[in-house]
Amino acid sequence: MRGSGPLAMARLRTMPATLAIGGAITLAWIVVAILAPVLTGFDPVKVDVMQALKPPGAEHWFGTDAIGRDVLARTLFAARYDLAMAFFGVVGPIILGTIIGLIAGYLGGRIDAALMRILEVTVSFPYFVLVIAIVAVLGPGLKSYFISLTLVNWVSYARLVRSQALVLRGVDFVLAARGMGFGHLRIMLFHILPNAIVPSIVFVMTDAVLAIVLGSSLGFLGLGVQPPTPEWGAMIADGQTYLTTAWWIAIFPGIAICLLALGLSLTADGLARLLNTES
Amino acid sequence: MNRFSFVLRRPIQLIPVLLGISVITFLLLQMTPGDPVRLMLGPKASQEAIEFVRARYGLDQPVPVQYFYYVMNCLRGDFGQSIAFRGPVSGVIVARIAPTVFLILYGLVISLLLTFALAVTAARQRGRWIDHLIRLVCVAGVGVPSYFVGLLLIMGFCLRLKIFPVSGYGPTFINNLGHLFLPALTIGIGVTPILARNLRATFIQQLDKDYAIACRSRGLPESYIFSRHVFWNSLLPTVNLLGVVVAFLIGGTVVVENVFNIPGLGNLLIRGVLTHDQFVVQAVALLLAVGVVISNFAVDILTAILDPRVEL
Repeated sequence: MRGSGPLAMARLRTMPATLAIGGAITLAWIVVAILAPVLTGFDPVKVDVMQALKPPGAEHWFGTDAIGRDVLARTLFAARYDLAMAFFGVVGPIILGTIIGLIAGYLGGRIDAALMRILEVTVSFPYFVLVIAIVAVLGPGLKSYFISLTLVNWVSYARLVRSQALVLRGVDFVLAARGMGFGHLRIMLFHILPNAIVPSIVFVMTDAVLAIVLGSSLGFLGLGVQPPTPEWGAMIADGQTYLTTAWWIAIFPGIAICLLALGLSLTADGLARLLNTES
Repeated sequence: MNRFSFVLRRPIQLIPVLLGISVITFLLLQMTPGDPVRLMLGPKASQEAIEFVRARYGLDQPVPVQYFYYVMNCLRGDFGQSIAFRGPVSGVIVARIAPTVFLILYGLVISLLLTFALAVTAARQRGRWIDHLIRLVCVAGVGVPSYFVGLLLIMGFCLRLKIFPVSGYGPTFINNLGHLFLPALTIGIGVTPILARNLRATFIQQLDKDYAIACRSRGLPESYIFSRHVFWNSLLPTVNLLGVVVAFLIGGTVVVENVFNIPGLGNLLIRGVLTHDQFVVQAVALLLAVGVVISNFAVDILTAILDPRVEL
């Protein structure tokens, strides 16, 4: 897997085009999120009623919203929250799911059966509905989003890791490790995990797309990032009432979210191709 | 044993899952901050009303007993009281089932039409530019949020062209085919990328099977092989996927009902969350989860009917 010099160059040349383009788009958004204050002179939360509902023009490139906030500034600053939702949204699920999948797959037996029952019940809820039900308990906000996503989305990773661990626990190198008297924890962490994690890494980018769609949908419904903090979903909800008179309020954040999701999807597609052709 | 005997056996296997679902909704209610009686009756309730509710829902009992009360009440169709609607939750819910079911089925039909159009085109033109284009559209389509698709459709079809009504739910079936067309199209578009990718992959897989090659060597035209053999053999994996798709569609209606203002369960769910109507939220979540279980059961039956080899 690891390589430098000519080998790494060769791999770079066979890099799928989707990975290159997707990676570039994603990277561009990360740069935008970091440099947001430099890229725009406007304050994303400053209300200026005199400037309300101005169409895109020389001063406000993306126009202004119903209470005179600059849509460009809000769109750029929102990248921070939406990127955070995409990338940190997958962290909780991958940790919880990997732990559960490892334990279930490696230990098997009753523990596996019990954990799989919990998984079965969790997936019988529509993903989005369970997230909303948990948000209802915790109250709207970014923190609830991360907690509820972890509680709901661990199942994807648990399944992926478990199916790998089930196979790996009978493989020679694991049996050899057992024979040498290594403990279960050591075998799970250092022998099974590195081999069982690859499908999860392929899936993580696809999952980031789902996470951002989910997070921004919560924002759109008023259950996610709370105003006046700029977030694309919430901005689109703000613009919904002005579709005919001030289309720019909803359309620009909409394009932004599609672009970021496209970048992540293409990266996921390219990553899947790259890792699948290698194995 | 008759191979359809599972129609009777399967519901019994589903009981643990249904109990698990009820445990989750019960726990969510338990974890909601605040006194459940106050959550049902609001802050200005009389002492008698409080006593009545406490006894009826077993709220003065230990937690496991409360769960028993909860399950029994759910089975009787009593999901608690709604503050916002000032009445039993069950009454609020019943009126909202029909629009949601209509929307989901309508969305399913539309997504299947789109899926077949895309997958057949891609598989028949494998490796050509149209195949690549469809693949790219499917990759990109996953990340387009359905509320944004909905808004674009509203802008295009309702406000500019004035073809479809913007929102609502009509009284008659024909009426609703028009009313719910754009919402159904929106959730249909949402699940099409996943379905189309899968169906295309299945088509390709079948096209490379020995039987297809044998047909080709006998000189049968490609279109005949596809429509008579490959197509039908490819249906089964797609049917299996329908269970997942319905779960996706149910999640999708929650968003889409709010975009188009359709008085269904998804709309109710969000209103419940925003007005802290906790019993409504948990009842809708319970109901939608049961909906997923039922649709998976239906998919199992469908699979058994289509494929005699399937043993359930």
